[in-house]
Amino acid sequence: MTDWPLWEVFVRSKGGLSHRHVGSVHAPDAGIALRHARDTYTRRMEGVSLWVVPSAQITASDPSDDAAMFDPAADKVYRHPTFYTVPDDVKHI
Amino acid sequence: MASLPPIDLPSNATGAGAFDAPAGVEGNPLFEYLLRLGDDSLVLGQRLSEWCGHAPSVEVDLSLANMALDLIGQATLFLDYAGEVEGKGRDGDSLAFHRDVLDFRCCWLVEQPNGDFARTMARQCLFSTWQHLLFGRLAGSADERIAAIAAKAVKEVAYHRELASEWVIRLGDGTEESRRRMADGLDWTWRFVAELFEMDPLAGFMAEKGIGTDLAAFRADYDAAVRAVIEQATLPPPPDQRPILGGRRGHHSEHLGHLLATMQFLPRTYPDARW
Repeated sequence: MTDWPLWEVFVRSKGGLSHRHVGSVHAPDAGIALRHARDTYTRRMEGVSLWVVPSAQITASDPSDDAAMFDPAADKVYRHPTFYTVPDDVKHI
Repeated sequence: MASLPPIDLPSNATGAGAFDAPAGVEGNPLFEYLLRLGDDSLVLGQRLSEWCGHAPSVEVDLSLANMALDLIGQATLFLDYAGEVEGKGRDGDSLAFHRDVLDFRCCWLVEQPNGDFARTMARQCLFSTWQHLLFGRLAGSADERIAAIAAKAVKEVAYHRELASEWVIRLGDGTEESRRRMADGLDWTWRFVAELFEMDPLAGFMAEKGIGTDLAAFRADYDAAVRAVIEQATLPPPPDQRPILGGRRGHHSEHLGHLLATMQFLPRTYPDARW
């Protein structure tokens, strides 16, 4: 249905894991969106919990801002914990 | 010219024109009872699968196909068991594909044509609400196999009931057109509800044995649940109509034969086909 709004679907595949974006469905409202998400994305035991979010409610970064948004992180390898060598004498890390 | 052979009347025939009157418990009651359970699921599953590729949206298409598969799965379990109980070497497939229309024991509601999406959902709501209440009770059946099938199926059917009820509410309380269509859909299907609760001798016999259940015992729950959905849909309750009975004894609407023709064509034409 082209006049139904779009909903983004998030599935928790098992307890303890976070919900992961899997796709989207069309539905007239949140209740039916949840049903459609269940019938579309969890019919082969893919999940134990579902979220649906109106796609229109998502604020996305602008691809034309990619350089300013993401490039500065490229040369900050020291932000990774693996950048530091832990001295052998330091225990419990 | 030789005369026709004498008509072999059943000993309990009344001859009073009661063509469709329940005839008592004949044959193998458990087999007959399993046919009722299995055929309801089988025929409604086949009906719903007719929507495949034609539903209002791809998501609804999947919803309907999922329900159809749930129902056909239930039918397989009930009819396989029926075949074992019968003991003539038939399994669920042979009962589904090599039985003629008069030997089907489904209710009239499930064999009715889909109509539009609203009528399909009206039918589903009326049937799944009943089936949910029924399977909830059959999960405690004295027959362990029926109890196990019902316990598995009751969860599937709970979802069918919720989904169909939500659609009845949304279409009833929707646009002018969806409201008209849902009112028509309920009006069309309403006359088949009484049959769901018919306690004929076989149903009574199975209930006494603790294998089946007294259908009248959850009639009030059913009426209240359906009334609540219709109220939420802001629709007036459909007026009572003359009930139509007979499916449990093999007297069906003209629609069932057409459905079976489609469903049974392939296995009957190519008996050894495998896929």
